[in-house]
Formats: sequence, C-alpha cells, structure tokens
Amino acid sequence: MSPLSDIKTPGKADASRTDAAANPRKAPISISALAVGIFMILVFVGVVGLIAASFFNAVPEITWPSFLVDADNAAQKLTLMVFVVALFVVVMALLLFMVDSRKRVPNWTVAMAFVGPALAALLLGLIWPGTSTLIQSFFGRSPWYDSERSEFVGFDNFATLFTTSEFQVVLRNTMIWVILVPIVAVALGLVYAVLIDRTRGEAVSKGLIFLPMAISLVGASIIWKFVYEYRAPARPQIGLANQILVWIGLEPYQFLINLPWNTIFLIVVMVWIQTGFAMTILSAAIKAIPDDIVEAARLDGVSGARMFRYVTIPSIRPALLVVWVTITMTTLKVFDIVRTMTGGNFQTSVVANEFYTQSFRQFNFGLGAALAVLLFVIVIPVVVYQVRQLRLSEDIR
Amino acid sequence: MTTSNPGMPVTTEGKKPPAGPRKLTKAEIRATETKTKLTSPWATGIAIVMAILWTVPTLGLAITSIRPQASIQSSGWWTWFTNPEFTLANYDQVLTGSSTAFATYFVNTLVITVPAVVIPITIALLAAYAFAWIEFRGRDLLFVAVFALQIVPLQVTLIPLLSIYVDIGLAGSFWTVWLSHSIFALPLAIFMFHNFMKDIPRSLVEAARVDGAGHVRIFFRVLLPLLVPAVAAFTVFQFLWVWNDLLVALTFAGGSPNVAPLTVRLAELSGSRGQDWHLLSAGAFVALVVPVAIFLFGQRYFVRGLLAGGVKG
Repeated sequence: MSPLSDIKTPGKADASRTDAAANPRKAPISISALAVGIFMILVFVGVVGLIAASFFNAVPEITWPSFLVDADNAAQKLTLMVFVVALFVVVMALLLFMVDSRKRVPNWTVAMAFVGPALAALLLGLIWPGTSTLIQSFFGRSPWYDSERSEFVGFDNFATLFTTSEFQVVLRNTMIWVILVPIVAVALGLVYAVLIDRTRGEAVSKGLIFLPMAISLVGASIIWKFVYEYRAPARPQIGLANQILVWIGLEPYQFLINLPWNTIFLIVVMVWIQTGFAMTILSAAIKAIPDDIVEAARLDGVSGARMFRYVTIPSIRPALLVVWVTITMTTLKVFDIVRTMTGGNFQTSVVANEFYTQSFRQFNFGLGAALAVLLFVIVIPVVVYQVRQLRLSEDIR
Repeated sequence: MTTSNPGMPVTTEGKKPPAGPRKLTKAEIRATETKTKLTSPWATGIAIVMAILWTVPTLGLAITSIRPQASIQSSGWWTWFTNPEFTLANYDQVLTGSSTAFATYFVNTLVITVPAVVIPITIALLAAYAFAWIEFRGRDLLFVAVFALQIVPLQVTLIPLLSIYVDIGLAGSFWTVWLSHSIFALPLAIFMFHNFMKDIPRSLVEAARVDGAGHVRIFFRVLLPLLVPAVAAFTVFQFLWVWNDLLVALTFAGGSPNVAPLTVRLAELSGSRGQDWHLLSAGAFVALVVPVAIFLFGQRYFVRGLLAGGVKG
C-alpha cells in the first residue's frame, strides 16, 4: 500500500516550530499549550478509567441534565442537535486556539491536540470493545467480567458453530453470499462499464445502475420484497416476478420461502446494489488505460473480445482486485437484507444476522461474540491477499 | 445527475463547436472509433436490459405508493399505466398516522445524522494532519494501527460499547448513536484524508513554515482549502452511511422510539405489517428521498471519494 510506504519523516527540524523568533529555544513555554497537553492526557486517563470502572461494575451513577438525554419533541431534538454540534466545534476550536501560541509550543502538545481526540475515541469505541468481544468468545452465555456467572468454555462456542447443523446452514449461506455477490456484481459491473464506455448518454446510463447505492439496504429489501410478493394462483398477482411467471404460463412461486433457491433471491438484492459500485470504479479504471497500449494492440490486429481479454482486463487488474475485496467485505457484514426480507427464517440466515439473533434475541453473549470474531477472522485472509497483490503490482510498475 | 456531470469524463464530443481544421487528439480518435461499438445489437440489448432491471423494481414501488390502498391489494402496479389513479393518502397516513408516525422518525434520523457526520470528519481531519505533517514519536506505528482498525467489523464492538453506555447512563439517548457512528467512521476517514494530505506538495507546507506559521495555521490556511473536495466526498459518503444504517441504530436506539431512525421503523413495519404495501411503499420513499437527493446533488464528490478510497487502497 503506497501511503504506508511513503510516510518518511520530513526531518527533525520541525519540532517546536512556532514563530520566526530569532532564538525559539529561549522563548518561554506557552502555558495554554501545556494545558492542552495535560487536558488530553487527562482524557486518556478518563477513558482508561471508564473502561476499568465498567469492567469492575464500579461506574458512579451519573445524572445528566435532562435536556441532554431526554429530548421528547422535534423542537427539543433539533435544539439538542444544534447544541451538540456547536459544543463540539467550540471545544475543538478552543483546543487548537490554545496550542497556537506565539510563545514556544512543545511539539507533543500540538500532536496531542491534533491526534488525541481520535486516539481516545478509537480506544474507547474500537480497541477495548474488540478485545472484550474476543475474550467473550471463549466464555459462556453471561458476560465474561461477571465474576459470579461467567464460565470459561475454551473453544466450545466455535465448536458449536462448526458442528451444529443449524449453524452449518448459516456458514454455508455465508459462503454462498461471499462467493456469489462479488463475482456476479463485478462481472455485471464490468460488462456494463465496457458496453456504455464512451457512448451517448453515458452519465444517465451510469446513474441508473448507480442509484441503488443511495438507497438503504432496508429500502432495497422492501423494493425487492414487493417484486417477489406472492399471491395464491387464483388471485391476481401484485408482485412483478410472479406476474411474469403467470404471463408465461407458470405457477406463481414463493421466492423467499422455497428452498434451496431463496438464498439466491436474497443475493440478487445485494448484487443489485453493489453492481453500481463495481461499475463506477471499473469504468474509471477503463478510462485510465493509456491510449498507447490500446493503439499498439489495435495495430497488431487485436480487437473485440481479444482486446477485452488481453488488454482491458490486465490493465484494470488492480481496480478489479480492489472492487472484489471491497464487495466481499461489505457482503460479509450485511445483515439488513436477510433480516428485513426473511428474518433469517427458511434457512436463509447468514453469520451477521445470526450474530444479531444470538446477541440481542437469545442473549447468548458467548455465541454472539464467537460469530462476531468469526466475521473478523474471515476478513483477515482477504485483506492480506489484497495487500500482497497490490504490493506485487506496485513492484512490477 | 442526469444531464450535467462535470466531475465525470463524459462524452462531450459533438457538443464542442468545430474549431476549424485541426488534428484530433488521441482521445478523440479513440472516442470516434469506439463510438461504433454500441451499434452491435447484442451490446445495446444487454445494456438496455440491465438498465431496465435496475430501475423497474424502484419504479414499481414508486407507482404503488401513489395508488389507493384497495387498488394496490387487488391489482398489480403495472395496471396503473392503463388505469392511472393518484392519491397522497398513503403518504399522509404513513407520516402522521399514530401507528406509523414517520414524521417523528424522520426528525430522529436527521438529528442522528448531522452530528454523526460533522464530528468524525473534524476529528479525522485533525488526526490525518498529525499523521501526515507533525513529527512525533511512534507516529508511523500509530498510523499503521489506525489503518488496520479499518478491517474490524462493527459487530465486534457493539455489545461492550452498549454496556459502557448503560453504565454511564446514556443508554437510549442520541449520544449512543452519535458516539458510535463517529468512532466507527474514524479509521476510514483518517486513512482517506491522510492520502489526500500526502498528495499536497511538501513545498507548500514548507513555505508556510518558513513564513513562521505553526501547525494550526498551516492546517487551516494551507491544507484545509485544498481538501474541500475530499471533505465533500467523505461528507456524502458518511451521510449516506449514517442515514441508511440499520445495525448501529437497532443496537443502540432500537428500543426507544424517541431516538430510533427511519430505517429501524421501516424494518419493524416490514416485519409486523408485511402485507400493508400502501404503508411500506410510501414509508420506503419517505426514507429514501433525502439520501437520493444528497446523492444526486453530490454524486461527483461521491464518485471521487470512492475512487480515492477504493483505488488507492
């Protein structure tokens, strides 16, 4: 990955550079900058303390001013929203203002003011929760830090996932999703991008395919649930898919209920959404192919399908890879579609949906955590593969 | 989006006034050559079929949302073309009806979205600047760590975070959703902004330093103006993400109607009243009108953001 490799340091000279003072070393240290540095350290201590207190169940009862937590009507909510944004802007502005002194400002205080809020947030919201969930996946139903009820179960949760037939169906479905969605979405996106490349009305053609990206997965699920809507054969159909079946003389079909194809009909929705993404990136990559390459190939008598196979595809390989990996990772985590369309019934559940069910419906925290960790573990090889391939293609260049 | 699209290299040949006899550029030669490509009936056919498949489902629901409830249940939406009817009763019922009250949830979504876009972008901009231009110990290691956090799936963080919110007495308030969205957006945002900041010529920053500007002034005067497109891109990105999110909202605000956004309500409606298509169709369009507008309005920024985030890494 290029941005990682080129973060070479710009030299030591920029430490504590503030003003064009003749001899900055002699200038007195800015008190306000020191205050910012100390404040950020306190924030970190606070975050760590909060995590520890939460762990030991020792967080003191906090009574928040009621307007901060109980906004009831639209006016109160909008006021709260404006207040929060304003408060945030004021705090950040104050931090920056205080490290922007004409006096000597220690470098670490500036760094703290810029990077501190992000690191504190990540520590509280990603690193600690991630670690906690990892530990939880080796424990039973109860929270692992609950000293009275928690029980260490080792790899039992994972064993359950891989050996119970109920969960094997979930894993099988997830595999089908993760394999099919990227392949079909990338193929369709690529075909469409090639077909409409440099044609009249290209922007409109692109927009039509791209628009589903703006719709929520819940909205898309409802749109497609309506397409699949089933009525008994005697009644008039109101879903388009079944009406088409009736028009060509077939019986209406329960798309979302009948095994084994119902998972495929859910996957259609995800493909419908992701194709636009693939098409956009690939279209840009196709336009970026150097003209010399295309012309050289044309002079050699290459055209049509062979041009596509031997010139276009190799030239956009890095973009194809990125699109494929991105769609794979998105697909892995999607649960909205399954939840809205079938609720995970009729053997359509996937890992992300099962995580939600186990954690928030069954309250089996151990199993829920194991499913979440599984999502994480599946992602790793995909990412490693992507990083290695990109490194490789950069080396070749 | 449909007509003007300055951000994309769309076909503008033909609209240009003929500038007298001149040599065609390579791109133009190639454009005229490939122009003939779509004359293949197969290619045209496939493109048209795809375009239809991608629009008809949405169109069907749109037409349904303006048909009377009785017609929706007794005939397909395609009969609307031969028997057009128009009513806003579905929208009226879904927005203000006491059992649906989408107007309330619309406000909730809006109140959730604005801070959840502003806060992470500000924090990420500052952090990205620090990682790109401030020298401090452990910087490279920290940046790699933040970069790696991108692959942590949301699911891993939900329950511990929820338990912290419960402990500090914020559960069921807007704060849970704001904080969560802000935190989850940070790794990608920092990474994207860092990429953009690294592309800015060192000489610009150095010149400002020689003039005696500190980091704060360099950030606001030199880098921020150049980063406007990147910020716009990520704003559209994050706006769509937060507005359309279901998982985070369901986890932290699912149980409190005072906070729950449209997506949560819509999913609930689909589960409990799955046959009431007059409500579901109108509800779905209430939920998607704002993101689609933002999307059309900011499409060129959005595409640019996708390309920067996607193609670079």
